[in-house]
Amino acid sequence: MNVVVCVKQIPDPAVPGELDPNTHWLKREGKLILDDSDAYGVEMALQLATAAGGGDVTLVSMAPNGETSGLRTALAMGAAKAILVSDDALKGSDALSTAKVLAAAIKRAEPDLVITATEATDGYTGTIPEQVAALLGLPSITFAKKIEVDGQTVKVDRQTEAGYDEVTAPLPAVVSVTAGVVEPRYPSFKGIMAAKSKPVDQLTIADLGLDGQVGAASARQEIVSVVPAEERQAGEVVEDDGAGFQKIVEFLEKQKVI
Amino acid sequence: MALSTIWVHVEGSGGKPASISLELITKARELAGTVEAFYAGDDAAAVAGELGAYGVSKLHTIDTQGHLHGVPVASAVAGAIQGGNAPDLVIFGTTYDGRDVLARLSVALDKPVLTNASAIEVDGSDVKVTEAIFGGTQLVTTAFRSEPPHLAAFRPKSFTAEPGGETACAVEALSVPDVGQAVVVQRHIEEHSGPVLDEAPIVVSGGRGLGEAEKYSMIEELAKLLHGAPGASRAIVDAGWVPYSYQVGQTGKVVKPDIYIACGISGATQHMVGMKGSKNIIAINKDPEAPIFSIADLGIVGDVHKVLPALIDALKNR
Repeated sequence: MNVVVCVKQIPDPAVPGELDPNTHWLKREGKLILDDSDAYGVEMALQLATAAGGGDVTLVSMAPNGETSGLRTALAMGAAKAILVSDDALKGSDALSTAKVLAAAIKRAEPDLVITATEATDGYTGTIPEQVAALLGLPSITFAKKIEVDGQTVKVDRQTEAGYDEVTAPLPAVVSVTAGVVEPRYPSFKGIMAAKSKPVDQLTIADLGLDGQVGAASARQEIVSVVPAEERQAGEVVEDDGAGFQKIVEFLEKQKVI
Repeated sequence: MALSTIWVHVEGSGGKPASISLELITKARELAGTVEAFYAGDDAAAVAGELGAYGVSKLHTIDTQGHLHGVPVASAVAGAIQGGNAPDLVIFGTTYDGRDVLARLSVALDKPVLTNASAIEVDGSDVKVTEAIFGGTQLVTTAFRSEPPHLAAFRPKSFTAEPGGETACAVEALSVPDVGQAVVVQRHIEEHSGPVLDEAPIVVSGGRGLGEAEKYSMIEELAKLLHGAPGASRAIVDAGWVPYSYQVGQTGKVVKPDIYIACGISGATQHMVGMKGSKNIIAINKDPEAPIFSIADLGIVGDVHKVLPALIDALKNR
């Protein structure tokens, strides 16, 4: 079974983000890392491919400047290869444009199953998995907390407000996974070495036949202002000397909740 | 009132619309002369009765025939819009099904989407929505530059639900061109005792500072004593200590309780986005530099393993 995993390489979330003052786009010039929330999808894909008796796990990603450092992390975990769409014209892409690019790239890998995270940690629009599925004309199941493949059917426990639903769909299908669906492995030293020579197929939007249809050229929304949010002020901070709990009791009394 | 018609994606169960849906409708009523809604569920008649009190004049219903909502609801709504019945704006909650339907609809109509919004403004024909980014420190306002209908999703608790504009809500079934292939085989309802996380007046959340999964019982005990709901940071949800439904934050629930007690949570931006709207915040953390203290009304620099048992005892002895 061939599985495609959509992964995003993002600025390190530990470093405060910054917007370009002119375009208001997120600055993505520095080193990019594999989005943590994608590690679950990569692990799930590796496990499902193994359970199905083999097949390749292919990464599909879109990033500026031919960035591959995040992809190498996922390749080191065990993915076989990657398709990277990198093109200056993609800067300022909105979610639908991004989905069009990913869908076109995914099609090349002819997958039986496409796995994504529910949303990226940097932009978190959260519509890409379902948009990709719609563009590919595939069924989709979002917010999976458990996935099994049984022949030509994917069975998913899908998170809901009230609990979870058991949902099935025929393959090929798109499934988005929540964090915690599986425990991602750490890349081994051998994996890290092997990842260096695994193929990364770099494509432009012209290669995908999407010239002029995606990126800022086609973006139909415009950021009109960015302002600092009202800051919440810090209150009293006390060192616990054994009576810290008493402070909380007093606070709760003052708020009349006890 | 610059817009003529807004459609609202309504969710609900047991004949009751979800609170997020009523919040959206209340806002829509402010922005447009006509508010209509669409809903997939077999209790549409009861839901329509409730929606009338909020000024919704028509409820379009969609029969998903037991399928996930994304494909059937989007295909029905796209069909209605392409058939000439186009609103100026279609709004959704940032919920599981809301995002699915929104995404499918954006492809069907080839329209951009804006999500995670917390405010909306209509200025002539300009529709602008605002979203908080970078852990809620910056507010980004984006204007649609496409032809209507515009598509946007809002985070729960962005608006306050209030009845008004009472009217009779007509119910009309939409035809469903495509139900899709994702079949819901079985629903599982997880039983909750106590209040629901995103509606509880008091939320007690635990994080990595608890040290181990077993210690989460302190969070549950304290929540119970205060008649509140237990919550969690993403770190301990990812670690498998508690289910995803407990998660407070950007990728979890947004909560705005009267009192939020963060125990052993450092305050990653991902978490703060989900709780900084709380009226009062109490934080307990070992690290005096933890970012959570910068937004706490009361901060206790100390070990949760000492402070929590003492607090629980004190509350029990009252």
